[in-house]
Amino acid sequence: MSKLKIKNLHVNVGDKEILKGIDLEIHSGEIHAIMGPNGNGKSTLLSAIMGHPKYSITEGSITLDDQDVLSMSVDERSRAGIFLGMQYPQEIPGVTNSDFLKSALNARLEKPLSVFQFIKKLDKNIEELQMNENLAHRYLNEGFSGGEKKRNEILQMKLLQPQFALLDEIDSGLDVDALRIVAEAINSMRSDDFSCVMVSHYERLFELVQPTHVHVLIQGKIVTTGGYDLIEKIDQEGYDWLKELGVVLEEEQDQQPIILGSCARKVVE
Amino acid sequence: MSDELKFDFQSIDYDFIDEDKAVFKTEKGINADVVREISKIKNEPEWMLEYRLKSLEHFLNQPLPSWGVDLSNMDFGDYTYYSRPSHDKTDKWEEVPETIKDTFDKLGIPEAEQHFLAGVSTQYESEVVYHNMLDEVKEKGVIFLDIDSGLRECPEIFKKYFDTVIPYHDNKFSALNGAVWSGGSFIYVPPGVTLEKPLQSYFRINSERMAQFERTLIIVDKGSDIHYVEGCTAPSYQKDSLHAGVVEIVVLEGAKCRYTTIQNWSKNIYNLVTQRAKVYKNGSMEWVDGNIGSLATMKYPTCVLAEEGAKGTCITIAVADEGQILDSGSKMIHLAPNTSSQIISKSISRCGGKVNYRGMVQHGKNAYNSKSKVECDTLILDQLSTSDTVPINIMRNNDSIIEHEATVSKVSEEQLFYLMSRGLTQAQATEMIVMGFIEPFSKELPMEYAVELNQLLKLDFGDQGIG
Repeated sequence: MSKLKIKNLHVNVGDKEILKGIDLEIHSGEIHAIMGPNGNGKSTLLSAIMGHPKYSITEGSITLDDQDVLSMSVDERSRAGIFLGMQYPQEIPGVTNSDFLKSALNARLEKPLSVFQFIKKLDKNIEELQMNENLAHRYLNEGFSGGEKKRNEILQMKLLQPQFALLDEIDSGLDVDALRIVAEAINSMRSDDFSCVMVSHYERLFELVQPTHVHVLIQGKIVTTGGYDLIEKIDQEGYDWLKELGVVLEEEQDQQPIILGSCARKVVE
Repeated sequence: MSDELKFDFQSIDYDFIDEDKAVFKTEKGINADVVREISKIKNEPEWMLEYRLKSLEHFLNQPLPSWGVDLSNMDFGDYTYYSRPSHDKTDKWEEVPETIKDTFDKLGIPEAEQHFLAGVSTQYESEVVYHNMLDEVKEKGVIFLDIDSGLRECPEIFKKYFDTVIPYHDNKFSALNGAVWSGGSFIYVPPGVTLEKPLQSYFRINSERMAQFERTLIIVDKGSDIHYVEGCTAPSYQKDSLHAGVVEIVVLEGAKCRYTTIQNWSKNIYNLVTQRAKVYKNGSMEWVDGNIGSLATMKYPTCVLAEEGAKGTCITIAVADEGQILDSGSKMIHLAPNTSSQIISKSISRCGGKVNYRGMVQHGKNAYNSKSKVECDTLILDQLSTSDTVPINIMRNNDSIIEHEATVSKVSEEQLFYLMSRGLTQAQATEMIVMGFIEPFSKELPMEYAVELNQLLKLDFGDQGIG
């Protein structure tokens, strides 16, 4: 049994405070869902736990049992059993999926897997996720569809067998069938040694992978926590009812996308 | 790169130095007497001596190039221009002198030969000391000799093609090579011969201030197809050394030649090489060109597409580390209709290294309906390192196409984060991204070379991350 403990976590991006004191405890065996409107810090929380360099921790602590996670580098966190399934997985040209997966697996093994063992393991998982066999030989995420990228994240999770999986909008870009396959894969990992934190906007994923705990994150704080019934309520009523609990909802501000072309010319309004 | 390439590979230290056992060396510096002496030792015909002397004159009268790398620190009076390590060539591995053999052993040459190579012509200092060919190659009538033997044994073919692709007066360093050339390979492939396995030669400088001026002449006759592989590793020395090789290749009608080389000269060597192929009707020339070592490199493998339907390709990588300036690229000269060419260049600079792409694509007035594509990508690994891209595209007709694409990038934080979040260390992640970047090059290499390249770059990137 392990415990990932987040205490009074404050996180900045540049000068802007995104997370304003998060407290969260995740025990192995549990599945946590984090919900909330866009731009309130859900992805930030997951990325900060993994150690993305863009996010600076200004206050608080994260511990995994008695290890100080914040003092670990990203790769150390991974090897300690934390996994982040990303919202936007990176493309790495020229590196085959199988080379990458083998390196990632071997990074946490004392004795590297033989090529044969590896291929057997990989093939089995590719089959279970109903992915294309040629996936192993394609370059990592390059030219993958949104759904293929997400399935590839789940493939990595299945191979690396983390204790704590953080899944950031793993359901976006998936069609109904793919969502079912991904959900089955997550469910197949459920055990006393595995726990998972999922961020999603859709009830559908949580129907298929039923969380044990549900949190609503608004303006950098967890404003309420409950069980599966909370998801149903949000699905029916949205977040407005939270105002009754004294939560201030800010209208989401659309950020202007930065277009490369616009740097080069003067925009006359 | 495929799985089997990633087996554990024992680390090789390329900076070992053998005791200098040269049998004969010329005095330092260059003049007509040195040139005469070289020609005399080699027992050359009169015309070659005359050729050397007129090359020398041209070399002495020619200023240093005003572009590219600054060469003003070179002292031509301080190099040794000829040195011969042992008395005779030998066909048997057992007969190769021990110290030389040790060097080759460390480089893994004999094993290499057994598995992949059709023939080895290994240049140690200025002479070929070990030379061997598999029966298949001999049976097919392929002549694969060291260049001196080529001149002696095949004087007619030699004289017909020598200096026709790269004339001595082409540039200062081709002139220098013309004057003092020594060692290198001579290959003649008769019409209609295809060799399944690559021919290989290994060069290595081993004497302080010993300049190496290898000369290679390859003629691929009509409809033949060969792959020639040349590799260079050199141990480190304290004084500057000079390598000024000339590689001339003639690809006749319908023939195909691939020339693969990875130079890893130690980081005090001036590497100033002229490589050019002349490609006739429907012939095809492919340069696969890697540059990792040297203090300064100026090298632009060239295809002269002389007749209709000729095709030229160059895939090149350069990796410049601290103190290095690698100025490389490729030239494609289209002189005939329906010719095509492609250049893929991948450059990496790190720790203050400077890597430049310099290339030229020229479509002459007769080269109508021709096509060229140039793609140069640069990866800059830190703030100290720099890169310039200097492409020249010249179009002299209205009916052909030159495409040019260039990118410059750095290893992105997001990519590193992604790989590290799967447990790879920063160094491993960087290495993986770099290996992926040069994959279009490494996948063209014979497996053994791909492994060696992998290993060389691992040594380079292994412990230091991205600074």
